[in-house]
This record gives sequence, structure tokens and C-alpha cells, in this order.
Amino acid sequence: MKRVFFPLPMLGLLMANAALAAESAPALPKVDTGDTAWLLISSALVMLMTPGLALFYGGMVRSKNVLGTLMQSFMIIALISVQWVLFGYSLSFGPDRWGIIGDLSWFGLSGVGLAPNPDYAGTVPHQAFMIYQAMFAIITPALLMGAIAERMKFKTFVVFTLLWSTLVYDPIAHWVWGTGGWIRKMGGLDFAGGIVVHISSGVSALVAALLVGKRKGFGTEPMALHSLPMTITGAAILWFGWFGFNAGSAIAAGMLSTSAFVVTHIAGAGGALSWAFGEWIYKGKPTTLGAVSGAVAGLATITPASGFVGPMPALFIGLTAGIFCYMAVMGKNKFGYDDSLDVFGIHAIGGTWGALALGLFASKAINAAGNNGLFFGNPSLIAVQALSVVSAWVYSFVVTFILLKILGWTMGLRVSEEEENSGLDLSQHGETGYSF
Amino acid sequence: MKKIEAIIKPFKLDEVKNALTKIGVQGMTVNEVKGFGRQKGHTEVYRGAEYKIDFLPKVRIEMIVTDEMVVKVIETIERAAKTGKIGDGKIFVSPVEEVIRIRTGERGKDAI
Repeated sequence: MKRVFFPLPMLGLLMANAALAAESAPALPKVDTGDTAWLLISSALVMLMTPGLALFYGGMVRSKNVLGTLMQSFMIIALISVQWVLFGYSLSFGPDRWGIIGDLSWFGLSGVGLAPNPDYAGTVPHQAFMIYQAMFAIITPALLMGAIAERMKFKTFVVFTLLWSTLVYDPIAHWVWGTGGWIRKMGGLDFAGGIVVHISSGVSALVAALLVGKRKGFGTEPMALHSLPMTITGAAILWFGWFGFNAGSAIAAGMLSTSAFVVTHIAGAGGALSWAFGEWIYKGKPTTLGAVSGAVAGLATITPASGFVGPMPALFIGLTAGIFCYMAVMGKNKFGYDDSLDVFGIHAIGGTWGALALGLFASKAINAAGNNGLFFGNPSLIAVQALSVVSAWVYSFVVTFILLKILGWTMGLRVSEEEENSGLDLSQHGETGYSF
Repeated sequence: MKKIEAIIKPFKLDEVKNALTKIGVQGMTVNEVKGFGRQKGHTEVYRGAEYKIDFLPKVRIEMIVTDEMVVKVIETIERAAKTGKIGDGKIFVSPVEEVIRIRTGERGKDAI
């Protein structure tokens, strides 16, 4: 293992980078060990968010479905990791075609080596950027699955995950983050995935909830969650991982990643407080489920804005996120659809409000590569944000609708009534979660 | 011989057990059950979804005693398990045809 040292711009850790020794080209002066270390750690943090999400969701379903729910998240890690390195990364970030999708010239990571790619991240190996982005591609479909918990056929779930990632996630990621992507060219901003991750998964989740249909007995039978301690553990892991999700999106270690880290934390805290207090006032008692849901709402909402706004706007965004998402979740009960784990209420609403709030509070003083929002003298940003948001909503809705309709006709979306009664764990996986 | 079955509030279990062993009851079986009589349940709210929980946690104690012990056992359970509030529970007495100790093969009163 060769240790190679580079002149460092300002601060940062020193870490040996064995990979560079393998490069046939001579030492590349542009790879920054601090940036690379932070990006790799962030990749690991975001990876952990998917098992964290699995626990968050797992605790909220009935015990006969806990393994089925956990299994979905774990399988997605495996499925999308492979899809990503084969063609997902190329479609999302590869050479642009017509502003709407990347081409397949990076199939199998061909051309994606260890030298930095200056279009995306000039100071870290290209593969570090690629693997970081993989973790986002993984968690997004995992989020979606919460809406159709406890009733989806496993076979169809596998096919749906692969198709949805390829047809919905990859294009939207390209529009917003890919070079040549039309939203990026238009000036639409999304620091860490309010549009790419939360809106796409949240809106698609609503479609899925409507097309897959309600759980058997929904509204008449009690189907209370089985383990709030599991859910809270999951939420804590999500908060922790979110530092990688947002602060890692600076793709560098320094002032911007610090700012994103700080505002992420503030928004999470604000969301937890406002949901818990809102519940206290409206329903009489603050619940643990409410507190952690509020935190997740705050974190989701700040996500697109995390690299563009300051601490006090982040506090406002977090507090309002808790309230808006709480209202959306309560409002769902009036419409009667079964978005089982409130993916739409938290992620679609949160991502939307965050992407728009960005249009209000963005400041070039925080991120010179960003823009100014309405409150900093530039009213045009919020219009661009609105158009970006609407496009993501419409595209997610339409494509997910078509996809699920086709899968419904060909493979069937739901487990049978008997399988739903005995639970996913036994019917889909032949396993029992708990033996007493 | 009689079987005495008592449904009581869970936190009363220790008190009842101690009172019974003091009067000479030598064994009992306990399990956790759910049930309701006149005691109302409660409502839990998860993200706005309300769940009326009708069944309350209770403990069931079962024991086999000789006919002579029945009155004393009932009195003891009543005294130890009572709180005076709704939901204290009930005691059921039923006849038992045979009792056998597996280890020794003893039958009837000797097996109690």
C-alpha cells in the first residue's frame, strides 16, 4: 500500500489512498484526501439509511409482515447496486441525450475510473462519486415501498423496483443532476434530492397506494404497528445517516458541507418539535411516533435546500415541515386511501415544500454556486423551482401509473387474500420473525 | 376436588400468589391473557389512525384444591386481588374428575 501525499488546500484529514497506487497514470494532483474521505464516509452513512429505513418501516407494520418489510429494503440494496453499476449510473449521470437521459456509454462502469470527473466532482475519484450516488438510487425505491406495505407480491416487487429505478429515478436524476440535464440547465436547484428522491418516491408512492389498493380490513380491522422501539431505532439511524445524505452532497469537505450538516440537524430538530407539539395540542398527547415522524419530515424537507440556506431559515423550514406533513398525514384519513406508512404525506409534501422554500431562502452567500431566492432579491428562482417540482410530480405520477398498470395485468400486484391473512413473512419468505 | 380459575389484574399477581401460598396452596399455573368485562378499554392513536383497544391485559391463575379448601381459597383471592375499581376480575369454580402426579403416578387428593 503506497502512501501518497498531496498538497492540501486548507483543512482536512490525511488518509492513505491505496487506490491511487493502482492507477496506471502518475499521481493526480487533483484528488483531495479530505474530500475523498468525507465522500466515502458519506456513502457509507447513506447506505446505512436503507437498513435504517427498513427498521423504521418494519416497526410500523404488523408482526406477521416484519420480515417482508425488512426484506424489501435489503433486496433493494442488492438489486439497485447491480442495476446502478451496470447501467443506472450511466443513464443518470452519463453523457447527455436531449437533456432527458444519459446514454449507455458508461455501461458496466466503463470509463468510470479512479481519476476525478471534473463535471461532477473534481477533487475525488470518479468511482467515489458514483458509489455515493448509488446509495441515493438505492434508498429512493425503498422509500416508495412503504406506501404498499403488507400486501405486495414479492416477484412483482422485484420487477417493479428495477423498472421504476430505470424509468423514473434515473431520468429525474439526470434532469436535475446530470450534465446537460434540462432542469439543471434551466437553473433548477436540488442540493441533495428533494426532487430526485423525495418527490419522485412520494408521488409514485401515492400512485402505488391507489393502484395496489388498500390492505384487507383497512378502516375496519385494527392493524396497529407492532414495534415502536424498532421504528424509533430506525428513525435515529436515518437522522444520523442524513448527515451523509445532505452534507455529503457538497462532494467536498469544508465550509459548504459544514453548512449543510448544520442546517440538516436544525431542520430535523424543528420538525420533531413542531409535529410533537402539534399533536399535543390537537390530539392531547405527544407521541413517540409523532416526534420521530416530525424529525424525518424536517430532514426530508431541508434536503433540497440544505446546501443553499442558512441556519435560521432551516429552523423555519423544519418547524413548518413538521406542521405541513402532520396535516397531510391527518388529511389522508379523510380521503380514505391506504398509503400505509405515509410516504406521500412526508416525502412528497416535504420534498415539495423544501424545493419551493429553497426558492425563497437560497443565498449565494451560503453557496456561491447556487442562487439567491426571493428573500434575497431574486424572484425568478422560485418560478424555476415550481416548474421543476411540477415536472417531477407529473412524470413520476404518469410513468408509475403506466408501469403498475402493466405489471398488474401481467404479473399481479398483490398477494392473495389468504397470503395477506397469514402475512408476508410466511407466505412470501417461509419465515417467522419472532418465536416466543 | 375443584379447579379454581381466577382472572385478575396483572399487578396483583404477586400479592395473590403470596396470600395463597400462605394458606397452603402448593401449586398453581399462570398465564397472561386479554379480556374485558365491564371495564372499558382505551384508545391509541398512531399518526391519526385511532385504535380502540377493547381487550385489556389480565392474568389467569389456575389451581386445583380439595373441596375443603375451596371457601378459604376464594376468600383469599378476593381479598388479595381486590382494588375496588372496575376490572378487578372474576373467580370460577369447576369440578375436577381426576388429578395425576406424573412423576409418581399418585392419583386423587394425594396428587394435589
